[in-house]
Amino acid sequence: MTKLILPHAVTRRGLLKGAAAVGAAGLLLPGSMGSARAEPKKGGVFRVGIGHGSTTDGYDPAVWDNLYAQTFAAARHNQLIEVGADGNLVPEIAESWESSDAKTWVFKIRQGVSFHSGKTVTIDDVIASINHHLGEKSTSAAKPYLEPIADMKADGQNLVVTLKAPNADFPYIMSDYHLPIMPATDGKIDPTSSDGCGPYIVESYEPGVQATLNRNANYWKTDRAHFDQVVVLVILDSAARLNALMTGEVDAIDQVEPSTIPMLESRGVANIVSVSGNAHYCFPMDARAAPFSDNNVRLALKYAFDRQELVDKILNGHGSVSNDNPIGPASRYFFKDMEPKGYDPDKAKSFLKKAGMDNLEVTLVAADAAFAGAVDAAVLISEKAAAAGITITVDRAPNDAYWDNVWLKKPFCASYWGGRAVEDQMFSVAYTKGAAWNESYWDNARFEELLVAARSELDEAKRREMYYEMQKIVSFEGSTIIPMYNNYVMGLSKKLATPEKVASDWNLDGFRCVERWWFT
Amino acid sequence: MKVLLVVIAAVAFALALGWVFRAAAWRLAPKRHTLVFRDMPLTAAFGMAVILIYVVVALFAPVLAPFAEREVVGGQYLPWAAPYLLGTDNLGRDMLTRLIYGARNTVGIAFATTALAFVVGSILGIWAAVLGGWADQALSRFVDALMAIPALIFSLLLLTIFGTSITTLILVIAAVDATRVYRLARSVAQGIVVMDYIEAARLRGEGMWRLIRREILPNAMAPLVAEFGLRFCFVFLAISALSFLGLGIKPPTADWGSMVRENATLITFGDVTPLLPAGAIALLTVAVNFVVDWQLHRASGLKE
Amino acid sequence: MNGGLKTVGNGGQMSDVWRMIGRRLLFGCLTLFVISVVIFGATELLPGDLARQLLGQSATPETLAALREQLGLNAPAPLRYWNWLTAALHGDFGVSMANKRPIADLVSARLGNTLFLALYAAALAVPLALILGVLAALWRNSWFDRAANSLALTSISFPEFFVAYILVLWLAQSGLFPSMVRITPGTTFGARLYMSFLPALTLTLVVTAHMMRMTRAAIINLLASPYIEMARLKGMSPLRVILRHAVPNALAPIINVVALNLAYLITGVVVVEVVFVYPGLGQLMVDAVTNRDIAVVQAVALIFASAYVLLNLIADVLSTVTNPRLMHQR
Repeated sequence: MTKLILPHAVTRRGLLKGAAAVGAAGLLLPGSMGSARAEPKKGGVFRVGIGHGSTTDGYDPAVWDNLYAQTFAAARHNQLIEVGADGNLVPEIAESWESSDAKTWVFKIRQGVSFHSGKTVTIDDVIASINHHLGEKSTSAAKPYLEPIADMKADGQNLVVTLKAPNADFPYIMSDYHLPIMPATDGKIDPTSSDGCGPYIVESYEPGVQATLNRNANYWKTDRAHFDQVVVLVILDSAARLNALMTGEVDAIDQVEPSTIPMLESRGVANIVSVSGNAHYCFPMDARAAPFSDNNVRLALKYAFDRQELVDKILNGHGSVSNDNPIGPASRYFFKDMEPKGYDPDKAKSFLKKAGMDNLEVTLVAADAAFAGAVDAAVLISEKAAAAGITITVDRAPNDAYWDNVWLKKPFCASYWGGRAVEDQMFSVAYTKGAAWNESYWDNARFEELLVAARSELDEAKRREMYYEMQKIVSFEGSTIIPMYNNYVMGLSKKLATPEKVASDWNLDGFRCVERWWFT
Repeated sequence: MKVLLVVIAAVAFALALGWVFRAAAWRLAPKRHTLVFRDMPLTAAFGMAVILIYVVVALFAPVLAPFAEREVVGGQYLPWAAPYLLGTDNLGRDMLTRLIYGARNTVGIAFATTALAFVVGSILGIWAAVLGGWADQALSRFVDALMAIPALIFSLLLLTIFGTSITTLILVIAAVDATRVYRLARSVAQGIVVMDYIEAARLRGEGMWRLIRREILPNAMAPLVAEFGLRFCFVFLAISALSFLGLGIKPPTADWGSMVRENATLITFGDVTPLLPAGAIALLTVAVNFVVDWQLHRASGLKE
Repeated sequence: MNGGLKTVGNGGQMSDVWRMIGRRLLFGCLTLFVISVVIFGATELLPGDLARQLLGQSATPETLAALREQLGLNAPAPLRYWNWLTAALHGDFGVSMANKRPIADLVSARLGNTLFLALYAAALAVPLALILGVLAALWRNSWFDRAANSLALTSISFPEFFVAYILVLWLAQSGLFPSMVRITPGTTFGARLYMSFLPALTLTLVVTAHMMRMTRAAIINLLASPYIEMARLKGMSPLRVILRHAVPNALAPIINVVALNLAYLITGVVVVEVVFVYPGLGQLMVDAVTNRDIAVVQAVALIFASAYVLLNLIADVLSTVTNPRLMHQR
């Protein structure tokens, strides 16, 4: 049995000092796990099967882009800051951080932490690790996030970062998974090395197949990393993952296919953990191209989506309806009481009429590369939209090179977002004019103005107001249809125990299952 | 025990169907074919009956299907009960309707593809064998080069480059299949062209086309026909594998290959839903090959 | 079974065969060259490149340009092909562009795994197919023939992944066999056979029907020939007639189908690899194509092609050697 608790907003405290909080998604664990929650036990070999990973993966943090690389990285590395299960920022290699004006940030580096090789973690390692993603030659995926940094220097054992403009949420950026602390020689890290200061030491790694790691006896966190050995396996086929879990060949799997969840539950051989976060599936429309350039057409389409049906049939209930809002229920400033958009063919028709049309014909391009079930979702949408006089032709594109040929190129297609920990990041990345991933080419002056103002606004209430208004603008004037937030659904062996709260920021307990979970 | 009963019932039903079909065919057929049908084995009769049913279903799909091809009629995976006799699929569409339309789309495409592959492959193969020498070498080495690229990867490359309309799908799968047919046809024909009667025909001055059509093709027919029966069902598999890569027939068109793929995970839990389209493919394959076997037997001239 | 082989007599015919092998090997090298051009060209035609794939959704114009520069993707295609070719001719297949690992390392372990699985499946499938084929021809049109045929046909009309799922449902969920293969350097041969049993069985089911039916068809095709008639009239037992007289003359098409299927076992098993998490070459090839890692694509494609060319060569030599008429051609 899986019970879900909807995320609730947590009051934000001490943003500028120590740890900040984001709203958190919590969940109740299945009965057997929740009731007798004993102290974590040490020992055992933890095998986790992940539906990502490729033979082309490597050790270089600049190119990590899938759950396998992320989980494997979390097993051997630490970062400056960790995002806790409840969404709070937790000190890791940075012992604490502070700023008086949100422009100059001081991070105090933890003393006495050593790498697997025995070398002590110093401020030089930290700077080199961040610099790896900067500079003209850098190809790192984290480069755009770090763009706001104007200057970075060492001050004793403190790292002082000066930003180009104030940003109250800057510490969140330092929690990005691309920024592990790695040992430096001559001011440069070696991106082909597996050395880190994390909980496990790499014994063997075959890209696209498996990695074996042993517990780091000198790990500085004494209450974490409970397993003796961790094996991270690539199992791409969803049925193969299910079988491996049911036959006990792995202890945990990610991405349980929604249609099989009820059956897996009824088998009683595994626990289902379903976490609602900010991840969402979406359908961007090119706001520059007719007919989507007319907001009435966009609204007509938005009311022609049967969101509940999509949640029921595509997510099998493991998710929730979204009101075209990229800010998820796990966020601090989630606008919960925004006027909802139900499935309403008549209203859709009336918006079409306002746009001067009796009927509308559009093509929706989708591939399962966008998200699992994207093609099915498109077919359902097309069926339901017909009642509103809207003909949606579903065009399935090949999975291969979907992000090259379709995304950002076709006027109406399927896409997804993993969700971002902070509102500012989500909006800046995908909804500002000229942003590289502004998938709908949407452009709204009032929205831009609010976004910049909110970034440096330190008054909690005013900031909330601003984010509410932005969400409303995106929802009712935006050019991206966001019908649903998808949960992270994992399958866990009955022997496995997790803390009360499983993180909602990323899959597999924010990639940290390897150091947070244990065997009962 | 239950499984055994089902198998026995199925076999009995198949035999009965074959018997009824044979009786009907024998009486309805024109006089000169009467004997052929009367002596037809029950398996072949069953095979022809199944093929006939598939053809009828394919032709009259809109009349026979209770719902529209793409209509969402209810919840997901509804149980087998009226009005959804075979339940519903993962999107809540009527399974029976999807199967019926699937017959139309899948069988049509598979037949077109296989026929094309055989016409092109066997004619080129025999032609190369008759010609021999450099032309044969050049063509064979070229086909070898194409065949040496794994079929799935080759199709993936071609479809990504040329797009995935049904026409390109047919052409690409046929092209890939034709290389296999070519090789078989050539090797069979090579065995035939060294026969004395071919030598004699050559000396008589028979033209190339006549040589192929009158002398070689009839004698190479048996292995080619056997191959046809198999290649036919490989097309379903190719479509299924391509839909695994997101390149098969585009939704919401119903086809069996993709339907198997869509519901395949359920078999892990012993659910029978994915067996329906897979079973439809298997039944047709068996039926086609029963008829092929019968024809092979007749062609072999064996009396028993 | 090898009655046909005995007909190879004097040295003159054998030297013909050697000449043919030499010629075919030469052509084989040419084929490999053609394939490397075709694969390179096709990969170039595919939309996107390695830089785009590596950066994925996180690509920006600047990072793309920088990565292309780093990877040397800005050089014109013919030049890049030439560089690859000259290095490959010196035996240096280079490093994977995506993760900088030497291709020889990447490929060698996986090649071993792929060959192991192919041989394992072939060892099960070929004898099974030949025996069933001969028996089906012997007892043609009997219940045995029909049942063997129906079963074989049913098993190949299911997609590979589907056969695999069913086997897992029956044989792995009950705990008889593991549902996935985890080969480590310390795995013993016996353990390997045990772990790889389900993938090998899946492949056996997939390829047996084809070979069996061809065996049956090729034999039956000959049964009406006068010399078989004669042998029967001499009072030979039906089994002996088939083994002594029909099989040797039916070998050519049978050998061809067997070679085709063996090649398939080496080159076409990516789906089975995915379902059983088997680290073979197929998955490497698909990953490399998806990532446009041309050096790896080329290396794997050439391995596949070599396997294919060699198997076909063997098949052709065997069919020539076993067909006296072909030996005396012209």
